[in-house]
Amino acid sequence: MRNLLGFLSRNSFFLFFLLLEGFAVLLLIQNNRFQRSEFINSSNSASGSFYQMVNNATKYFDLVYINNQLSNENAQLRNHLTTSKIEIFGKNFIINDTIYQQSYTFTEATIINNTVNKANNYITLNKGTLAGVKEGMGVIGPQGIIGIVKTVSTRFSSVMSVLHTQSIISAKLKDQRHFGSLVWDSKDYQYGQLIDIPKHVQIMLGDTIVSSGFSSIFPTGISLATITEIEKPEGNNFYNITVKFINDFKKIEKVYVVKNVLRTEQDKLEEQMEGDKDD
Amino acid sequence: MIRQILNFTLLFLFLIAIQVLVLNNIQLGGYLNPYLYIMFILALPFNTPKWLLLILAFALGIGVDLFSSTMGMHTMSLVFMAFLRPSVLKVIAPRDGYDTNQTPGIQDFDFRWYLIYVSILTFAHHFVLFYIEVFRFSDFFFTFSKVIVSSLFTILLLLISQLFNYNAQVKR
Repeated sequence: MRNLLGFLSRNSFFLFFLLLEGFAVLLLIQNNRFQRSEFINSSNSASGSFYQMVNNATKYFDLVYINNQLSNENAQLRNHLTTSKIEIFGKNFIINDTIYQQSYTFTEATIINNTVNKANNYITLNKGTLAGVKEGMGVIGPQGIIGIVKTVSTRFSSVMSVLHTQSIISAKLKDQRHFGSLVWDSKDYQYGQLIDIPKHVQIMLGDTIVSSGFSSIFPTGISLATITEIEKPEGNNFYNITVKFINDFKKIEKVYVVKNVLRTEQDKLEEQMEGDKDD
Repeated sequence: MIRQILNFTLLFLFLIAIQVLVLNNIQLGGYLNPYLYIMFILALPFNTPKWLLLILAFALGIGVDLFSSTMGMHTMSLVFMAFLRPSVLKVIAPRDGYDTNQTPGIQDFDFRWYLIYVSILTFAHHFVLFYIEVFRFSDFFFTFSKVIVSSLFTILLLLISQLFNYNAQVKR
C-alpha cells in the first residue's frame, strides 16, 4: 500500500497530465462521432450569439460581392419565369397542376461562422428549430451544395461542410448521367475529387457535375463543380477525377436550407428493402 | 503577486479573442494557421506549480476549442505542451539555473535561449494539433509541411510580440 502511495505521489505530475489528456481525448472522440453535446459546440447559444454579434459588424464588408451574387441568381431565376418565354405552340398549351407536387421547400439562412482551412470544416447558420431546420437537411448556396445540417439548437444550426473529410455527396455527370461520389481530400478548399466513375465513360476537361438527387437530401441537377484534371490509374476500373467547386466557399453568406417534403416516404420504403435483405 | 494574476488573466482573455477573431481567419493556401494563444503557457513565470500549468493549459485549450468548434483538439495539444514545458526548461537551463524573479522572455535571457525554448514547444504543440486534426497518418508529409510552415509563422509572431515588452534600458 505504501509503495502504491509512493508511486502515486512520485508520478503525480505525469498522472495528472494523463487525466487531463484523457478527458481531452474523450471530448475529441465524442466530437468525431458528431455527437457533440448541445452546450459545447459553436451552435450553443453563448458562442452562437457571440458570432452573431461579430457577423453583424463584419457583414458590411462583403455587401458588394453578395449583391452581385444575388442579382446574378435573380437573373437566372427570371429566365425561368413564364413572362420571359414565348409560346411556341400557340394557344394549345395545357397546364395541369396536378402533375407537379411540391417536393422540396427552401428556407433562407445566413452563415455566421465558416472555416475552410481545417481538415473537418463546419459552418454555423443563424436559423434553428424555430425556423424549421432539422438534422440531416441539406444546405445549398447560390451556386451549388454547401453541406448537411449536423446539429440544431433553437436559433442556430451547425452544418458539416462539403469541405469535411467524411462528407460524401452523390453526384453525376451532367451529360452522361453516370453517377459517382464527390469527396474532399482536405488539401485545397477549391478542389474536390469525384470517385467511382468507370473508365469506359467518355469524359472531358470542363465537364460539369451535378447532384444526383439519390440521397433524398438535395434536389437533382444542382451544379456542383467542373472537371479540371483526369487520371487513369493502372489496375483499377475507375478514374481519378479532380474537380473545381463552382462555389467559392470562402465568400458565401446567404444560403438555403433544403427540406424534402417526401423524404420520410422515400426513406421508409428504402428501409423496408434493407429489412428484406437482412432476413 | 495580485498584479501578476490580473495581468495574466487579461492576457488569457486577450489571446483567446485574438486567436478566434483574427488569427483563425488567416488562411493562406490552407497551410498557414498561426496559433499565438500558446504564448500564455510560454510566458508563465518559472515558479508556477506544475499542476497549475496543466490546469491553465486545459482551461485555455477549452476556451479556444469552444469558439473554433474543434472540441478537444486544442485542449489535447496545449496540455501536452504544458506537460513538456518543465522538462524543456530543465534541459536548456543556463549554468546557474533560473532566478525566481525572472520570466521566460528576451528581457531576461539572450535571444538564442528564447528561440530554442519557443521553437521546441511550438513545434510540439503544432505537431500534435495538426495530426489530431487529420486523424490519420496517410498524407504524412503534407501534414508535416503544414506543421513546419505554421510553426515558423507562429514563432515569428511570438518573437514580434516579445518586442512589445522589451525594454533595452532595463536589460538584466
